[in-house]
Amino acid sequence: MTEKPVFLTYSRSDVTNFAVLMILAFAVIPMTIQTDYWYSSILIPWLCLALAAIGQQFVMGYAGQLALGAAGFMAAGAFACFNIELRIPWMPFPLSLFFSGVIAACFGLLFGLPSLRVRGIYLMVATLASQFFIIWMIDKFGWFKNYDTSGIITAQDIVIFGREFTTPLEMYLVVAAVVTVLTILAVNMTRGSVGRNWMAVRDMDIAAESMGISLLQAKLQAFALSAFFCGVAGALFAFTYLKSLEPVAFDIKLSFQILFMVILGGLGTINGAFIGAGFILLFPVVLNTVGNAWFHGMIDATIISAIEQVVFGALIILFLIYEPLGIAKLWENLKRRILGMTSSGRTGATRRQET
Amino acid sequence: MTEFLFFFEVVLAGMLAGTMYSLVALGFVLIYKASSTFNFAQGAMVFFAVLSFVGFMELGLPFVAAFFVTVLLMIAVGYATERLVLEPLTGQSEDTMLMATIGLAFVIQGLAQAVWGVEVRRLDLGIPDFPIPWVADNLGLFVSALDVAAGVVAAVLIIVLALLFRFTKMGLGLRAVADDPGAAASIGIPLKNIMLLVWSAAGVVALVAGMMWGARAGVQFALVDLALKALPVLIIGGFSSIPGAIVGGLIIGVVEKTLEVYVGPTFGGGIEGWAPYVLAILFLLWRPEGLFGEKIIRRV
Repeated sequence: MTEKPVFLTYSRSDVTNFAVLMILAFAVIPMTIQTDYWYSSILIPWLCLALAAIGQQFVMGYAGQLALGAAGFMAAGAFACFNIELRIPWMPFPLSLFFSGVIAACFGLLFGLPSLRVRGIYLMVATLASQFFIIWMIDKFGWFKNYDTSGIITAQDIVIFGREFTTPLEMYLVVAAVVTVLTILAVNMTRGSVGRNWMAVRDMDIAAESMGISLLQAKLQAFALSAFFCGVAGALFAFTYLKSLEPVAFDIKLSFQILFMVILGGLGTINGAFIGAGFILLFPVVLNTVGNAWFHGMIDATIISAIEQVVFGALIILFLIYEPLGIAKLWENLKRRILGMTSSGRTGATRRQET
Repeated sequence: MTEFLFFFEVVLAGMLAGTMYSLVALGFVLIYKASSTFNFAQGAMVFFAVLSFVGFMELGLPFVAAFFVTVLLMIAVGYATERLVLEPLTGQSEDTMLMATIGLAFVIQGLAQAVWGVEVRRLDLGIPDFPIPWVADNLGLFVSALDVAAGVVAAVLIIVLALLFRFTKMGLGLRAVADDPGAAASIGIPLKNIMLLVWSAAGVVALVAGMMWGARAGVQFALVDLALKALPVLIIGGFSSIPGAIVGGLIIGVVEKTLEVYVGPTFGGGIEGWAPYVLAILFLLWRPEGLFGEKIIRRV
């Protein structure tokens, strides 16, 4: 499979796609959808998790480093945001978000260090350390939780320059705005030199190094930016979706889910992160509804969640065998077949060939 | 003197707990040796095996029959994995294989729960999990009988596996495949049979490990997370070495127990949860191939 060069210019379809998405997100959805359920249970978590999945994409899809600790960085971001809001009350929420991301990025740098020496399963174990360590640290040192003993802390209200954002719709708009800004950033970064360096490292690190790409810089950049995105996503997740802060919400299970989003959505694409997050989030909802409608509650909820695991696992295997580029690629193929388009510039990770 | 005795006790308890990790790690090593695939699903297999074993017992099968039925089931799982997952992915990168086995882990643990349910089950092997009275009285040492049994079982398993690999034709074939699968196939070693054998062996090891863990902590989903601790064990011991799995398990067991007992109280405990992983990172910096592993040489 040959890789088309990723051009830095914006094609016409890019601009129209962007305009359509913006109108959809900020005009059509707020005007048509009135039920709170859609905002607080579907759209908000979807956007938050998609943001975390973009972070995972940087490290895994673009830089090719198998990491499994996204939820740990999300926890770091969430609790950083809580503490900033708590200790510096005048700080506007977007700035708190930014600094939460920066704090998470510091952890990302620290736990990205092993990636300079190891890869594959070794790296995965190293990133698992970050997952367990961050959660443990938040849990054991009372300062992070403001010495709260109940275990569950209510998140502060979102206040931006004196205006409170409390209804699900308002919260959705905050999340959508943040996700929009960061997604534009992510798209530009991955198309630009940063992303190209990552992809070079992914496809063959030794070759990339001999072409003058600094592995140290590229890998640490990937880990730091990944953790930044995860940190912001975690803060948003806690403040707009969970509305509370508890370390258990960010356990290893969430890390696996984010990993699955990236693999199923499509490695090495930004829209894959959104598709994957939507799929992982919505599939259980659909399965539950179908299970209840067909069997009228005769099937236990735990059985349904077990079936869910089987389906996700089987899908991972099937996609790796038949379409390693995930749902994003399937979607692209479908579009091409319907519109008869020739290949558009954006392609994901190529299947890594054995040399 | 009592202080020293206490320290000795902690170390001993750590070593015995470590053999439990070694039992899980052993399954990883078997498959890694034969196919250079890191089988992330080993933990799920442990859970699946012991849950099925308990399930069959609940259906009324006697202990021995349930054991053999489960062994057959694990062989079937191994066969299905080999045919449906590994074969179509032959020649793919290590990362792809690893991701595939992560998917496999979810399939196996999901299936186990869908078939047998999610409630925690007790498993009584007839070995008590409290200090052996005779040792406690005469030597002043508190050592759980179950820990000792796990140690003995681990030792027996390793000796049997070592003998199998060293002295049987299958074992010779396995070592050839581990060395160079292409060359082994070209001289007529039945690759598929070898793989089936290895997956079956890993299944049996998973069952034994699961029985030990299940007797201690109950047969429940948490076993899968416990099995994750086999990963640092493997990093320390080396992925392709059976003695490595044992020594790695012992090291992890001792370090996490001593840290928990002597350093843990300062931080409110819970160090066990991450200490093995951090130890593994430090180990990686010093010796990436593990204590007994083969040196990793990558070519462009």
